[in-house]
Amino acid sequence: MRAPVSWIREYVDLPEEVSSEKLAARLTALGLKLEALEQAGGDITGPLVLGRVLSFDDEPQKNGKTIRWCQVDVGDANGTGDPQGIVCGASNFAVDDLVVVVLPGGVLPGGFEISARKTYGHVSSGMICSARELGLGEDHDGIMVLSADAGAPGDDAFDALHLRDEVIELEINPDRAYALSLRGIARDAALGFGVPFTDPAARELPEPNGSGHPVEVEAPDGCPVFVTRTVTGFDAAAPTPDWIARRVQQAGMRPISLAVDVTNYVMLELGQPIHGYDGDKLSGPIRVRRATEGERLTTLDGVTRTLSAEDVLITDDTGPIGLAGVMGGQTTELSSTSSHIVIEAAHFDPVSIFRTQRRHKLPSEASKRFERGVDPTLPEAAADRVADLLVAHGGGTVSDGVTKVGSAPAARSVRMPLDLPARVTGMDISAETTVAHLRAVGGEVEVEGEHLTAVVPPWRPDIADPFDLVEEVARVVGYDDIPSVLPTAPAGKGLTNEQRLRRRVGRTLAGAGFVEVISFPFVGVGAFDALGLDEHDDRRTAMRIANALSAEQPFMTTTLLPGLLDTAARNAGRGQIDVALFETAAVTLPRGTTPAPILPVDRRPTEGEWDDLQKALPEQPLHLAVVLAGERERSGWWGAGRRAGWGDAIQAVREVASALGVEITVRSSSRAPWHPGRCAEVLVGDVLLGHAGELHPRVCKAFGLPERSAAAEVDLDVLMRHATPVVAPSLSSFPVAKEDVALVVAADLPAVAVADALREGAGELLESVRLFDVYTGAQIGEGKKSLAFALRFRAPDRTLTEEEITAAREAAVAAAVRRHDAVQRT
Amino acid sequence: MSGPNTDYDPVEVTPLKAAEVEAVRDAALVAIEAAGSLDELRQVRLDHAGDRSPLALANREIGALPPQARKEAGQRVGQARGAVAKALAARQVVLEEEHEARILVDEAVDVTLPWDRIPTGARHPVTMLSERIADVFVAMGWEVAEGPLVEAEWLNFDALNLGPDHPARTMQDTFWMEPVENAIVLRTHTSPVQARTMLTREPPIYIVCPGRVFRTDEYDATHSPVFHQVEGLVVDEGITMAHLKGSLDHFATSMFGEGITTRFRPSYFPFTEPSAEVDLACFVCRGVDSEHCRTCKGEGWIEWGGCGVVNPRVLVACGVDPDRYTGFAFGMGIDRTLMFRHGVADLRDVFEGDVRFTAAFGTEI
Repeated sequence: MRAPVSWIREYVDLPEEVSSEKLAARLTALGLKLEALEQAGGDITGPLVLGRVLSFDDEPQKNGKTIRWCQVDVGDANGTGDPQGIVCGASNFAVDDLVVVVLPGGVLPGGFEISARKTYGHVSSGMICSARELGLGEDHDGIMVLSADAGAPGDDAFDALHLRDEVIELEINPDRAYALSLRGIARDAALGFGVPFTDPAARELPEPNGSGHPVEVEAPDGCPVFVTRTVTGFDAAAPTPDWIARRVQQAGMRPISLAVDVTNYVMLELGQPIHGYDGDKLSGPIRVRRATEGERLTTLDGVTRTLSAEDVLITDDTGPIGLAGVMGGQTTELSSTSSHIVIEAAHFDPVSIFRTQRRHKLPSEASKRFERGVDPTLPEAAADRVADLLVAHGGGTVSDGVTKVGSAPAARSVRMPLDLPARVTGMDISAETTVAHLRAVGGEVEVEGEHLTAVVPPWRPDIADPFDLVEEVARVVGYDDIPSVLPTAPAGKGLTNEQRLRRRVGRTLAGAGFVEVISFPFVGVGAFDALGLDEHDDRRTAMRIANALSAEQPFMTTTLLPGLLDTAARNAGRGQIDVALFETAAVTLPRGTTPAPILPVDRRPTEGEWDDLQKALPEQPLHLAVVLAGERERSGWWGAGRRAGWGDAIQAVREVASALGVEITVRSSSRAPWHPGRCAEVLVGDVLLGHAGELHPRVCKAFGLPERSAAAEVDLDVLMRHATPVVAPSLSSFPVAKEDVALVVAADLPAVAVADALREGAGELLESVRLFDVYTGAQIGEGKKSLAFALRFRAPDRTLTEEEITAAREAAVAAAVRRHDAVQRT
Repeated sequence: MSGPNTDYDPVEVTPLKAAEVEAVRDAALVAIEAAGSLDELRQVRLDHAGDRSPLALANREIGALPPQARKEAGQRVGQARGAVAKALAARQVVLEEEHEARILVDEAVDVTLPWDRIPTGARHPVTMLSERIADVFVAMGWEVAEGPLVEAEWLNFDALNLGPDHPARTMQDTFWMEPVENAIVLRTHTSPVQARTMLTREPPIYIVCPGRVFRTDEYDATHSPVFHQVEGLVVDEGITMAHLKGSLDHFATSMFGEGITTRFRPSYFPFTEPSAEVDLACFVCRGVDSEHCRTCKGEGWIEWGGCGVVNPRVLVACGVDPDRYTGFAFGMGIDRTLMFRHGVADLRDVFEGDVRFTAAFGTEI
């Protein structure tokens, strides 16, 4: 809301020394937040004066233009009193017109310095200004021609043009609809400085007599009050007075015509939206009713709208003529010939307006006010004010008829303990202060024992609860006075186990050289295709967003891989080919399609209701994904690096599992988007955690990743659920016995199976078994491979004898032979 | 080894003669001094102090002497051997030092060579800032609460006094899940976590909720459809706005340094009443010469978030007795805090995953 300071001052007896900055700061402290403090023409300096055109010669130029060589009376402003010779490109003025002249030495907006200069064969000593050149609007059709009574030649134009008028732009929160008017802003200014307020809505009003334009309200719930007044004999061509046009413009609206400007002016002044009808185009009484489903109306903006049964509609005998409180219709629109004006000032139900505005995506100055709550006692005063202004500036007469249907609802009262403001704010606020401030806000207050009862002013529909009154008191006392006191929480338990484990996962991966990323969780079919998911893949079952930002990504993702692979590719595109990335985030897995209930808000939900609500939500397990591209270890002066591969992806999962104390098993698998021969599934016991390995070559290509990029994705929730605390190992200080064995087995036998057999066969003396070599070749034979393991034996209580070591090794080998037909190489 | 000698005059045993012992000793000392390397010294040691060296052989003869002669001969040989051993040790030290000095020079490398064979990892600054914020509150005994991103409409709006026709619902441009009538949304704030907490545990409640939230904002340098918030909620007996101010001042000071506190301005949120905007004193210019400050842009204050006293209507919907308990809540943007705290110029850097951006923040913020 933009409020000219001079307009505010019209209703508030503000002391002169209160600057606009101070006023704005006080309003901000009261909850009307300063967005900007502007000054029209604030960047104009130097001599800007009124001038009267004495004579001019039209001089056609070679370039096809015609310039005017003007002699302009600028009084004594040029120091000589002689006429000023000025070249002007515009032609929208006549001799004797009053114009605005900037003399040499002046500076116009944009740092445009004016000097006497030779142009078109003359020395032009200054410039005759257009509104745009002065920063006063977009009008550049010609120069500004002022009304004859605007002043005399040589007068300072700053005053005549109201340049340097200050305009405060305020951000108005939805609860302070009253401040969408000068009336409301001035009221808070008066409150803030403790000075008297003159209510512009306080007028002598004629009694409603039912003889204005007839009105029938069939939907009183949607339209509690409807007032009409009529002006006849109005001169539609009469110009809008400068002061109205200026204020409308300063408030951010465009002057259009006298009738429209007046309705806007009164809306800005009082906060009551007004609609004007061309009375000659109305047939029969105005009827207010709900629309019938599918009914159509062409609104002022030329759009034909299909209505809903919930919309409140203004109609006459011809059918719909306006969308109540939102926008008028075309058929009864005021035009440049309308001399018979029917003024509508009504009160509409906020919820109904809100829904209609949203349904038709038609936010307007009127709907903005109605949906937040307009003072329902205003319509009569506002209609009267409009009628007065129309007749004062456009002639004609105000008809005696005043139609008023319905009435404003009775004022509400709110009861509150007297000490509630002190108890809620922690400020030292006495009962007297509370009562005084609430009265200053505008309502009657009665005290009864330990409670007060405040009558809510009609312009404050937002006040409904005791805590609303607390805020009113607190904002007048001032939030700056709130003391700073640290509350004492009961002893806490710190982070939860899961929260600590999550941090551990992040640190483990960062320590292993992975960089964390955060991706948007939006995904499209294209990404599923790029991952090579077949049509039955459960990851294609995703929740769709009804109003997704991008039609290509309408789903909540079921896998972190698309975002992660895209990020890796983006890095590659920016020259960072070698990356190892990780992300931990929830994925969204739909389950069922039961709606989430909208529960009551006047009590706690029952257990059943709460369960239903939980069950309606999708599963959102936390996933961990990694991707590796390019070199895992860099090439350099030390020699070749090492390309990232399937093993790195699996190892990342192993390291995370190990950090969490979870024993996982890895086995060969095949699943998109992985390379079918280089994909592992990772399990905890029998529970599948996820997959890891090299990406399918087609996937690398589809995402624009380097060949043989690798990735993993696991369910981190499941992994964390199996986390175990560390049990310290008992260390033997007796010597270790190291034995190497090489076993020839079938080429497709997983190494882990052989290691398991060795471990089992070796018994308790085995401390560790580690695969250190894999060999295939002619010596081993077709379809075979040789696996070399380093076994370490140690006893907790003694040095092992040669016999014991040999026996343990042989038992280990025997188990591998027995279980896997292994042959020991010697 | 020789047996006791009874056949000849011990005084006549040549190797034990004083002159002979001295000569052998002197020869050893000369040889030691002459040894130019550790290898040479090793040979000298064998020759002059080894088992077969003259002094060692002479030492063996002592036992053959008659008892009355042993003492003198033993002293003589012992002193000689001691001198040799001492000289060897000294020479050993000198030669080792020389050797090491030479080796170190020979082994010199170009220490400016890079050694970045294994790339360094990093955690995301938003994650780390969330943790850091959580730690400030955990240190006060608060707990960290979390909730789902895909949330019930009721929890995101209705339970928080944002009824279906509340104008404030248009302030939060919401992503709706299909079908819309199922009333499931992407949470527009972390406030549903507050409702969930009140619904599932008894006061006193002291929680902080960092998390990801969604609004249908176009993606640009200062807006993102996905961003992060941290909210705090306290519900206890006798809680006032002063406790809110105290908590936020402590938060500000913990994050931005001593003397950095907050300022409240009246505002509006459906879930709090009274409500306030929180401004943070500019931690860069501290209000001094702020017109040139790029962080607060001349304000001396930075808009940080919103807060207020929990609206009793919210307490009722969440099953908390509003006559017994009061509460406060606050919320601020984590990404926004990251931006002004660390000078991030473009919000998109936070979400694009460029490793150069994230790596700059390392593993602690």
